[in-house]
Amino acid sequence: MNTVAADPKGVDSGPHFMDGDHAIAEGGLAAGCRFFAGYPITPSTETAERFAERAPEVGAMFIQMEDEIASIAALIGAAWAGQKVMTVTCGPGFSLMVENLGLACMTETPMVIANVQRAGPSTGSPTLTAQQDMMQAKYGPHGDNAIIALCPDSPQECFDLTVEAFNLSEFYRVPVIILTDETVGHMHEKVVIPPADQIKVVPRNNYSGPADKCRPYKFDSQGGHPMVRAGDGYNFHITGLVHNEKGYPAATAEQGKIVVTHLMEKIAGNADKIIRLDEDQTDGADVVVVSYGITSRIAVKAIQDARKEGIKVGSLRLITIWPFCEKRIGELAGKAKAFVVPEINYGQMVKEVERCAGGRSKVISVNHCGGAVHDPQVILDAIRKANQ
Amino acid sequence: MSTDIEKFKAGSPMASTLRMDRMPHIWCPGCGIGSEVNSFAEAVKRSGVDPKKIVVVSGIGCTGRVAGYVNFDSIHTTHGRAIPVATGIKLANPELTVVVFSGEGDLAGIGGNHLIHAARRNMDLVVICNNNFTYGMTGGQVTPTTPGSAVASTTPYGNYEYPFSLPLLMDAAGATYIARWTSLHSRNVTQSIEEALLRKGFSFIEVISPCPTLYLRRNRLGDGVDQLQNYQDNSILKHGADTRETAIDYQGKIVVGKFVEKSKPTYLEASDKCCIKLVGDDYQLYGKTIPEREAEEKAEKERIAARRAAMQAEPEAQEETAAEPAKAPAPKAAAPRAAKTKFQSKVMPAKQALAGTKKAPAKKTAAPARKAAAKPVKKAAAKAPARKAAPKAKVLAGTKKTAPKISAKTKAVAKPAPKKTRNSSSQSR
Ligand SMILES: Cc1ncc(C[n+]2csc(CCOP(=O)(O)OP(=O)(O)O)c2C)c(N)n1
Ligand code: SF4
Ligand SMILES: [Mg+2]
Repeated sequence: MNTVAADPKGVDSGPHFMDGDHAIAEGGLAAGCRFFAGYPITPSTETAERFAERAPEVGAMFIQMEDEIASIAALIGAAWAGQKVMTVTCGPGFSLMVENLGLACMTETPMVIANVQRAGPSTGSPTLTAQQDMMQAKYGPHGDNAIIALCPDSPQECFDLTVEAFNLSEFYRVPVIILTDETVGHMHEKVVIPPADQIKVVPRNNYSGPADKCRPYKFDSQGGHPMVRAGDGYNFHITGLVHNEKGYPAATAEQGKIVVTHLMEKIAGNADKIIRLDEDQTDGADVVVVSYGITSRIAVKAIQDARKEGIKVGSLRLITIWPFCEKRIGELAGKAKAFVVPEINYGQMVKEVERCAGGRSKVISVNHCGGAVHDPQVILDAIRKANQ
Repeated sequence: MSTDIEKFKAGSPMASTLRMDRMPHIWCPGCGIGSEVNSFAEAVKRSGVDPKKIVVVSGIGCTGRVAGYVNFDSIHTTHGRAIPVATGIKLANPELTVVVFSGEGDLAGIGGNHLIHAARRNMDLVVICNNNFTYGMTGGQVTPTTPGSAVASTTPYGNYEYPFSLPLLMDAAGATYIARWTSLHSRNVTQSIEEALLRKGFSFIEVISPCPTLYLRRNRLGDGVDQLQNYQDNSILKHGADTRETAIDYQGKIVVGKFVEKSKPTYLEASDKCCIKLVGDDYQLYGKTIPEREAEEKAEKERIAARRAAMQAEPEAQEETAAEPAKAPAPKAAAPRAAKTKFQSKVMPAKQALAGTKKAPAKKTAAPARKAAAKPVKKAAAKAPARKAAPKAKVLAGTKKTAPKISAKTKAVAKPAPKKTRNSSSQSR
């Protein structure tokens, strides 16, 4: 990935005391995002508000659209007109965005969407935390899609991962989703925004070659292929239909295979380069706690207590949720007696862990129906059970 | 591929505006969409707007396929979402001229919320709505504009819903330019699109058009040509008409004309104004100050004027301009509702107008849309040059007749309101 220093105009360098939602907006601005279209929804609204407040001084555009369908649609338009784009929402809004999330995947449009998860289903508990949209992020749109999803566990990571989300999104030309939660979104902590020259950003790569060679797509299962910008004179065409490299409709089974394989392998085939994990004492551990987001911070207490009891516990924190770290779970499976998977949902990512463990280690789900974080004691009990 | 098609591709006057590598198109013979695309292409040419700076956005439907055939930057979006995608494009690069071309089901049904909000914001977009009273692409279901009692596949015993009158809806929502024509009025469609391309703000152009394959066949209304005859018999030209009086009954009167043209800051102008107050004169959007953007805009306007002048100097173009109806002055926003005189549009006979299309398609009009899509109608495409070239002169002759009436009437009632916005010079007429 070719990177340059961030444009200082969007970087509010220095130490701040801010919440995760605001840090997401700052991360976007630092990464060079200059277009935000959104629709208010608790607990994500603060990101939109921050962006709206900062937009005039940074020279960015903020628009509150009529709904989330329109918000993500506007991102697609703005991205092809040359801007880096983002929006923020949570479950009910994300459900509405799913339609054009599919279009964005299909048209390989870079964008960042933050889902500050709240407890569902439906309108659920608007002000209460959850991690219930983990599967929706990947499997929301119909058809086979691959996206990237990152999961910050602190306001600082909200900033850092938003910058990274933009970089991945620009390089792989894929929507990247920040899957945070109400607790992190509303948690105030110290956030240090580095000076602009220390923030590496992937600049928008626009095609500038001869017109007859211009192709909006290249189905090679790789990232790095340039965008074509509206107004540059290439008369590009893009569609949600199955298409050829020119972007023209070509809805046949053969072409469908080419397109879908590319979309899936672009991410799965580069999983090793994309995935980031935070591991602590996983090698030689008898029990590995697999967690993410706010739950990983709760799990720390349980892990510390278990270690005091002499249990060899490792921690595997998923920073990248999608693509899932199949390989790493596979390596640990069979070595550890068990995986313990606490998450604020009825058991979602635990299914992935089970799949990758392939029966070689026990997998224990510590689920929670949302509205609050786990009691660390519950996780500790699961660790003890896992160690038996 | 037949030689017919190759000849058509090579010789078509549309070669620069259509993606010839995508011909033949999927539209049925006698369908109104093709002639709207012709009008659009002609309007772009006449407008002098740099084709590189035009982006066409469509939703889903037969009309939604327009984006795939025009040789501009173009996006075929999801069903109903063309307007928000277009909004994103326009706001991300205000230099672009963004055109939404889609069907009435797409724009006013599933996309209705986006339509009214873009109008409310006076988003600087040109929206061309092909209104064929049916969901063509999916086989002829009822739409939000299907007139009462019309049969659709999902109202097999006749429609009992109340339809939208789109000009009224757009007026209420705040659109600053509203015109309605039928497929018969291709010169007027061209002129309205040209005006819309050159002005700022939300422009809505509705074109009532025949879907012979589904709407006409199911209602036993004959073929496309018969429908044009209906348009001729029933169109009432009424510039500045009260949009409350533009409802369309089943095979009833169709009020056509330019109903609204007024000036009000666009979304971007309003946003600029707010930001400059806040940040001061060095406010920049995407790294450009307002004076810088204005200077670029002015320079572009001069280039557009030069292109227009060059075009008018061309002999063929001159001939066309000579025959063109005198430009109707814009009806003033509030005043001209008083216009009561009824103007029957005296255009040329419908049969003549569609002479080019008639020969090729008549037999095929009964083919279901799906079939037409699967087996591209080569003949129809091959005939297209004839449709465009031959009847044009006749169309002109026809529209010429109406011209004096239009201008005489509208002049009496209305004058264009002076633009009050900072970018007032952008209004070309
Ligand atoms: C979300 C969604 N719902 C339904 C459809 C199916 N669909 C495709 S086109 C269409 C209707 C288009 O009607 P209109 O906009 O009037 O265009 P026309 O075909 O008449 O030109 C529908 C319902 C779809 N593509 N997407
Ligand atoms: S089905 Fe109707 S709207 Fe669609 S192409 Fe055919 S005639 Fe036109
Ligand atoms: Mg229709």
